[in-house]
Amino acid sequence: MHTLITLTAPAVVPTAAGGVSSVAWSGAQAAVWLVALPLLSSAVLLLLGRRADRWGHWLGVLASAASFVVGLVLLVGLLGLPADQRVQDVDLGTWLDAGALSIGAGLRVDPLSLTFVLLVTFVGTLIHVYSVAYMEHDASRRRFFAYLNLFVAAMLLLVLADSYALLFVGWEGVGLASYLLIGFWNHHTPYAVAAKKAFVANRVGDVGLLVAMGLLFATFGSLDFATVDAGVAGASEGTLTLVGLALLLAACGKSAQFPLQSWLGDAMAGPTPVSALIHAATMVTAGVYLIIRSGAVFTAAPTAQLVVAVVGAITLLFGAIVGCAKDDIKKALAASTMSQIGYMVLAAGLGPIGYAFAIFHLVTHGFFKAGMFLGAGSVMHGMDDQVDMRRFGGLGRYMKITYFTFMAGWLAILGIPPFAGFFSKDKIIEAAFVPVDGEPWRAWVFGTVALVGAGITAFYMSRLFFMTFEGQKRWSTRRDGSEQHPHESPALMTWPMIVLAVGSVGLGWVLSTVGFVEWLEPSVGHTEHEEPVLAVPVLIALTLIAVALGLVLAWRRYAVSTVPVTPPLGTALTRAARVDLHQDAVNDALLVEPGQYLTRSLVYGDKAVVDGAVTGLGRATVALGDLVRRAQNGYARSYAAGMVVGVVVLAFVVLAVRG
Amino acid sequence: MSLTHYLVLAAILFAIGATTVLLRRNAIIVFMGVELMLNSTNLLLVTFSRMHGNLSGQVLAFFVMVVAAAEVVVGLAIIVSIFRTRRSASVDDVNLLKS
Repeated sequence: MHTLITLTAPAVVPTAAGGVSSVAWSGAQAAVWLVALPLLSSAVLLLLGRRADRWGHWLGVLASAASFVVGLVLLVGLLGLPADQRVQDVDLGTWLDAGALSIGAGLRVDPLSLTFVLLVTFVGTLIHVYSVAYMEHDASRRRFFAYLNLFVAAMLLLVLADSYALLFVGWEGVGLASYLLIGFWNHHTPYAVAAKKAFVANRVGDVGLLVAMGLLFATFGSLDFATVDAGVAGASEGTLTLVGLALLLAACGKSAQFPLQSWLGDAMAGPTPVSALIHAATMVTAGVYLIIRSGAVFTAAPTAQLVVAVVGAITLLFGAIVGCAKDDIKKALAASTMSQIGYMVLAAGLGPIGYAFAIFHLVTHGFFKAGMFLGAGSVMHGMDDQVDMRRFGGLGRYMKITYFTFMAGWLAILGIPPFAGFFSKDKIIEAAFVPVDGEPWRAWVFGTVALVGAGITAFYMSRLFFMTFEGQKRWSTRRDGSEQHPHESPALMTWPMIVLAVGSVGLGWVLSTVGFVEWLEPSVGHTEHEEPVLAVPVLIALTLIAVALGLVLAWRRYAVSTVPVTPPLGTALTRAARVDLHQDAVNDALLVEPGQYLTRSLVYGDKAVVDGAVTGLGRATVALGDLVRRAQNGYARSYAAGMVVGVVVLAFVVLAVRG
Repeated sequence: MSLTHYLVLAAILFAIGATTVLLRRNAIIVFMGVELMLNSTNLLLVTFSRMHGNLSGQVLAFFVMVVAAAEVVVGLAIIVSIFRTRRSASVDDVNLLKS
């Protein structure tokens, strides 16, 4: 649909407001194809049905790869422009036009959106390739690729939209794709329930986005980023705080942040490539994108910004603690994702100083976490879909490529120099330690949380790594009763892992060398470097010490000593962390049960009052009819008597009235 | 003879007719009661017509007679038909439509 609009739409209409360049670059029009290609491919795969089974997966890979190529072309074009012209809006015509309400459809090509485009399409293409082999024995592989393409299209629309309205379309689109893919094996009831849980939790967040859009429209009369950014200075801080909190709620839903985090662990019910692409690398970072895209609002609403940082800090520790106790390899990785996105949200809550680092960490995390999820998928592939880490052990000797690629991701997330995580996470820790005028406690609280989080991260990721790849074998038998024969995965699966591992190793260094932070400046604004409360080398040293402590502790407990096959009772904290710190119980007690009670009362009220009134009216009519029916005795003479009496009464009445 | 005499006579006739309709079971007698009531009305119509020197009351009395004649024709036919099927002319026995 959007392609049709563009063909007839006038060329780029530049907007002067909000720092958007006044020089139009017609090449930005190509951005439409970014969304259109995967969307078309998805439609073809879904509409052709079984006829496309033989080649459908390759069409999916091709569509994703083609989007990546378009993204590269746009990158080259944007790099050819001077820095102050790198925010290009592409007008796609009017979307809604109803009296005073006029909403335009448009795409914004700028360093921020293009960074996401390249991350989504590059990692997405790799995961498409991986899925060709991973899903080989699944009868509905074509449908899987159709959903993956749908996801890529929706995610690209989300990051490319130039208004909250169009962003919302992409936002819902990724939610739908996520739902479809978590419940891909929906013949298995718990998986279908997990999909529903994710969808409902996301809807709670979506309400936040809708409220924010309503407030923005009421305040600025428009939902364009450009108009909003330009109008923020004139709006009241109270309104902007409300908008900020509503946007934060939306971000919490999508990015699995506290208190809407409970769906992410269950979302691991989806096939592993889905966990890698949607629930680690891309979709769950949409909340971070939303916060940074709305940077102008948050900068003008310090209270909302502080809440963002607090939410990020809480989730960071929450995810890390949960990650320490999970024995399911995918759930441990999911907890880690939650915690790492907590880092990004924390950085985004620090204000403009943290925006670029949040995106930096988002990109490196997209690589190393996707790589590790693919590694986990490869382990499951070789171990007959076993996910219990207590049933792994010693796998490094049998799956060399998986071992080394996973190791790259592991060292990257630990933040060991020179792996990618070191460059991004350390910057966030430094930014967290930067003092805020008038509130010195912030630097210490957020900085300490980030630092402690790094230590816990080192512990649980090392635990995961050692339990899976090191130590003795603790293998179970296969589902058919035979012995486990772990084996390396086919080349289609290992090559994406190798590419992502290369990214995990070198991406941090490369991006910080080529000036990634400066490249983002046209989108997120320029901030002067500020000194943290502790000297930078001291912070790096402290972080590395925390990481080393976590690593050594995990080494002693899970590589050197024997890991019991049945989980030990553990401390109270461990037991709580195993059940996600009782988040489901809390949700049940606070929301689900009162909600069910409310609905039950409403149903009762409906039956007793509304239905009662209706049926009561009917019964009363029947009773009255019974009563009156007795007069109808069938005797003509009694009817005649009635008439006589009636006439006499009437006569008396008339006489009495006339006096 | 004053107006009152006519009115009292008409009232007496009407009362007799009405009582007949209400108290007797025989359909033929009931019919006679009805005729009596109609005739009491006719008497009133003619009385007032003559008093006011206006003929429309008398014309109306003719209409009543015509309608009464037609009613008797149809009514007697029904009564005969009922008597043939049910061997009774009692109005209380005609309750086929009940229940």
